[in-house]
Amino acid sequence: MIEVRGVNKTFADNHVLHDINTKFEKGKVNLIIGQSGSGKSVLAKCMVGLHRPETGMILYEGENFTDMDHKERVNIRKEIGMLFQGSALFDSMTVEQNVMFPLTMFTTMTKKEKLDRVNFCLERVNLDGKNDLYPAECSGGMQKRIGIARAISMNPKYLFCDEPNSGLDPLTAIVIDNLIKEITYEFDTTTIVITHDMNSVIEIGDNILFIHQGRNWWEGNSKGILTTDNKEISEFVYASDFMKEIRTMMKEKRQ
Amino acid sequence: MFQLIANIGKYMSMILAVFSKPEKGSVFRARLFEEIDFIGINSIIIVALMSVFMGGVIALQTASNMDSPWLPEYTIGYITRSSTILEFSPTIICLILAGKVGSNVASEIGTMKTTEQIDALEIMGVNSLGYLVLPKIMGAVIFFPILIVFSMGLSLVGGWLAVLLSGLASTETYVFGIRSFFEVGDITYALVKTVVFAFLIVSIASYYGYYTKVGAVEVGKSATKAVVSSSIAILISNFFLTQMFLL
Ligand SMILES: Nc1ncnc2c1ncn2[C@@H]1O[C@H](COP(=O)(O)OP(=O)(O)O)[C@@H](O)[C@H]1O
Ligand SMILES: [Mg+2]
Repeated sequence: MIEVRGVNKTFADNHVLHDINTKFEKGKVNLIIGQSGSGKSVLAKCMVGLHRPETGMILYEGENFTDMDHKERVNIRKEIGMLFQGSALFDSMTVEQNVMFPLTMFTTMTKKEKLDRVNFCLERVNLDGKNDLYPAECSGGMQKRIGIARAISMNPKYLFCDEPNSGLDPLTAIVIDNLIKEITYEFDTTTIVITHDMNSVIEIGDNILFIHQGRNWWEGNSKGILTTDNKEISEFVYASDFMKEIRTMMKEKRQ
Repeated sequence: MFQLIANIGKYMSMILAVFSKPEKGSVFRARLFEEIDFIGINSIIIVALMSVFMGGVIALQTASNMDSPWLPEYTIGYITRSSTILEFSPTIICLILAGKVGSNVASEIGTMKTTEQIDALEIMGVNSLGYLVLPKIMGAVIFFPILIVFSMGLSLVGGWLAVLLSGLASTETYVFGIRSFFEVGDITYALVKTVVFAFLIVSIASYYGYYTKVGAVEVGKSATKAVVSSSIAILISNFFLTQMFLL
């Protein structure tokens, strides 16, 4: 479990996060949703220590990550897998080298053990045999899956995914969503997914945190988000005509 | 001015971070060879071309300016050697390398920055500066002196070809000129300069690459800044090193 307590983050005179308090549960897919620019990525980066919040703290299983020294932080970071918005694969390395990278850096595994682990992870994301391709030779959906394979190679306890299905077609997006969900349940990870895709919200969101203008505005689950009468959420959820139509249909059905 | 001082401060603290917490030995060695290949081996051709032609031009210029009958013919070899070893190879070739290597390094690291690859390293718990920049600096510091010695040799060959083909002096007089008044100290001086320049080029380029802002045009801007700043740094430090060594 990861807990966020009273986090504030400012860039120059841009106050991005205002007193964020929340919890992310183990073995669940925890979503952070909200408009572009609302501070979702900044919150995630504060949680993994890429940004330092001005106030507040991040607790991993009750341990204060924010106050840790470099060595202790590295130990937590080895338990974090992260899938970046743009995949952030190392483009000078092959798929295999990308997934193997954390193993090479941090384990004393033999070449054979590493390769077995890589192949296991690639199989898990349905990319077996793609070892020798370079990221540039892979489609967007494949790159995300390679990113997931790299993120899970160290058997992480915590999995962060920043907009895992942005820039993907709807079918591929569903494949990625399901993969994240399966991995979460299979390996019992504390998974945090940033998204603004309503389909993901309804399909995979065990817990949902809605961020609005850098504040935690609303928390709940996928049922709740469709029925809440919170104005900002309704505007976000029912932004498209398609969703508005669904809302009318749901209302008619109820009557 | 304030900006300059702030930049230098940030640069210094980057250098400190580069040399702290090194990665596993095996990882560092693999990265070092990668960088020697990327930074050094890839520059051999341009260095060779520059050196042969510049050596030729220095020899021809010297020959054409020797109007006085009091100057012996071996002066051509002597001047070609001194200018090559003292300034042309270490300084001019390093300026060329500042353009080639500096822009390469800055755009490579800048791209990694804007595509979040550096964040990815940090998340994993890798010291991104130590992993990326240290092997680059060490690779350049090790390989630039080799390149420069190679350049000195080729420049002298270029001078020889030029005097031979234009019939300005015989091979014997040219070689005699090259060997006269020779001091090993000159080579040491040239190599010390080279090591300083190698360090400046790669560390400054890494600095601009690493602190690239997010945005499509920013990588290009960083590369330009890297080349301009490292060239200026070479010229300024060349002045002071020359003063220190030759006076
Ligand atoms: N590294 C940074 N430096 C300065 N400002 C930043 C930085 N990262 C994000 N911001 C600002 O923080 C705000 C929230 O950004 P972000 O968290 O990326 O939004 P999103 O919710 O779309 O992920 C934006 O106004 C953005 O300009
Ligand atoms: Mg974002």
